[in-house]
Amino acid sequence: MPRPPAVARVAPPAPLPCMKEGIMDKVIYLDNNATTAVAPEVRDAMEPFLRELYGNPSSIHTFGGRVAHYVEEARERVAHLLGADPSELIFTSCGTESDNAAIRSALATSPERHHIVTTRVEHPAVRNLCQLLATPAPGRAHYRLTELPVDAKGMLDLGEVDRVIDDDTAVVSVMWANNETGVVFPIEEIGALCRKRGVLFHTDAVQVVGKMPINLARMPVDMLSLSGHKLHAPKGIGVLYVRRGTRFSPFIMGGHQEHNRRGGTESVPLVAALGKAAELAEKNMAVEQTRVGALRDRLEKGLLAGAPSAMVNGDREHRLPNTTNISFEFVEGEAILLMLDQFGICASSGSACTSGSLEPSHVMRAMGVPFTAAHGSIRFSLSVYNTEEEIDRVIEVLPPIIRRLREISPFGREKLAAAK
Amino acid sequence: MWDYTEKVKEHFLHPKNVGEIPNPDLDATVGNITCGDALRLMAKLDKAGRIAEAKFQTFGCASAIASSDALIDLIKGKTLDEAATITNDDIARFLGGLPEAKMHCSVMGMEALQKAIATYRKTPFTLEDEGKIVCRCFGVTDKLIEKVVREHNLRTIEEVTHYTKAGGGCGGCHREIEAILARAHGRAPAQAAPAAPAPRAMTNLQRINRIQEVIASEIRPLLQADGGDIELVDVDATHVQVAFRGHCAYCRVSDVTLKGSVEAKLRELVDPEIVVEDVGDKLDKS
Ligand SMILES: Cc1ncc(COP(=O)(O)O)c(C=O)c1O
Repeated sequence: MPRPPAVARVAPPAPLPCMKEGIMDKVIYLDNNATTAVAPEVRDAMEPFLRELYGNPSSIHTFGGRVAHYVEEARERVAHLLGADPSELIFTSCGTESDNAAIRSALATSPERHHIVTTRVEHPAVRNLCQLLATPAPGRAHYRLTELPVDAKGMLDLGEVDRVIDDDTAVVSVMWANNETGVVFPIEEIGALCRKRGVLFHTDAVQVVGKMPINLARMPVDMLSLSGHKLHAPKGIGVLYVRRGTRFSPFIMGGHQEHNRRGGTESVPLVAALGKAAELAEKNMAVEQTRVGALRDRLEKGLLAGAPSAMVNGDREHRLPNTTNISFEFVEGEAILLMLDQFGICASSGSACTSGSLEPSHVMRAMGVPFTAAHGSIRFSLSVYNTEEEIDRVIEVLPPIIRRLREISPFGREKLAAAK
Repeated sequence: MWDYTEKVKEHFLHPKNVGEIPNPDLDATVGNITCGDALRLMAKLDKAGRIAEAKFQTFGCASAIASSDALIDLIKGKTLDEAATITNDDIARFLGGLPEAKMHCSVMGMEALQKAIATYRKTPFTLEDEGKIVCRCFGVTDKLIEKVVREHNLRTIEEVTHYTKAGGGCGGCHREIEAILARAHGRAPAQAAPAAPAPRAMTNLQRINRIQEVIASEIRPLLQADGGDIELVDVDATHVQVAFRGHCAYCRVSDVTLKGSVEAKLRELVDPEIVVEDVGDKLDKS
């Protein structure tokens, strides 16, 4: 087998300290769509706010007021990453809160409309909320829900988006990129359609921010959600972008923080952390696009060459640079992950046993991935901290694992024999 | 995260009883690939009627593989009468326990054993043959649910799901499971929940169109991927007649499940009242 081409030489960031210290030296972390390591620079940036700068940014005294300055500085950095104006950003507690706030606000500000449009592959943060809103219950407004289907490659039909919007539609919420497959939706086109039809448009960009350049100044997006822990900030901080001029109804009522749009004293250390993470993400964007993309391609190629009857789930053209989702037919995902775990390799799966239910993930089902393959789907999601050595290690150990599990499995013998 | 014992990990990572036996005396498969786990059990008897050799093949998660390996260790050297007394608890205990949500893996082992013995003795396999399918997503019969409810004194639907997978898919059978629980514990079934407001009535034509759409976009691609196909024969109100075509290799184990998953899909996406009938046989004969 010809070796995959070496990865383009863009300098990777310094290794994470925990790796140097050897605490995690056996771990190969390829589950960055689930969460990411906190960058050392980010940790340093939050430290002062866990020590001497503990004031409340809303206080009248200088001690607190100084802290407010850092909150605004962080807001500017995040705004810069998004191509937005700082006044358009609301700090929240996580991506899920941002999604809930966006959809609830859209419905509250157009009370005469009762139709929600979303997709069948949204994260539960959007999907479960919309399904709840569409379930009749006493004392609660009842909404009609259209969940747009995707094709076998996980792509949407733009014509279908246009067809399902009607005069009753209050909001269209479509994720920018899918967390399981990395498939990127045509957000600009969908946004333009919504604008033409006069419908609010929200996008869950949790998986995109930091991985692809975004310029909201030029995008027809009314609201956008992001989450800090997907871009090397800690868990528990998110942002909701609300385009200037868009009516907004707060999700969490309380004090006058965030210009009366989100009650609750800002988590200053986390806000500062996200500001730093945004700055790093901007700096690393080229690395993300080239080096991480090349590592992902190397991994994908190596695994497809090493294991027969494996296939990539999702459109490979329109995809995040860091994600690949591969199905290994006739074996089960949890078993693969547990064997990978023996080698310290972290990934995730859309199989039934790991999705918390007894069925394969809703994304695999929406794409119509055959059950022979859906149960054996594995997602690898990379970050700028991954190295070529790590990728080569996975290419070395995974194919024998698949072979072993296929020896145990009663299925696929004929097909695999025919493939030889 | 996995809450597996060292014993489970050992039997998963290093199973000793994997393989095939040529011309086995006992041979049974339970589960199927659609449902996410399947176990084939094979065994040979010696002259004294003891299990001299036994092997398994399993598709499934770590605990399914470990449970299969444990099952084989447990039955080796036993007569069929002795083996028949092995319960899923014996399997779980052998492994130092299984997480509650994975108990169905041990139940699958017990089922495979009972099916293999019943087939060998040419007696009916009550858990599958005589029961009525309750959970259509995973093809679970009332007989199996009753058995585990009684043996483990299960009280909630969630527990039943952990032990049998029943109720873990579309949720359409929760009321039936509730009724089985009530019967087993000798209480009146809970008052039926107030019916959800009737969805806007669909005309028959709309329903037919929608069913055609769902079959074309959701169901056929799945079947074709496995070398099969489906034909819509007739729709009469909520009664849908279909015929399965081609070679549905993985569904031979439990074609009830195949019909069940088509029904579940149509109920989810078209109308909760839909009943699917497989009329393939009748058509072929006429
Ligand atoms: C697409 C998407 N949306 C929303 C979320 C939720 O973000 P958080 O964990 O910050 O609530 C995630 C993270 O899992 C995600 O991948």
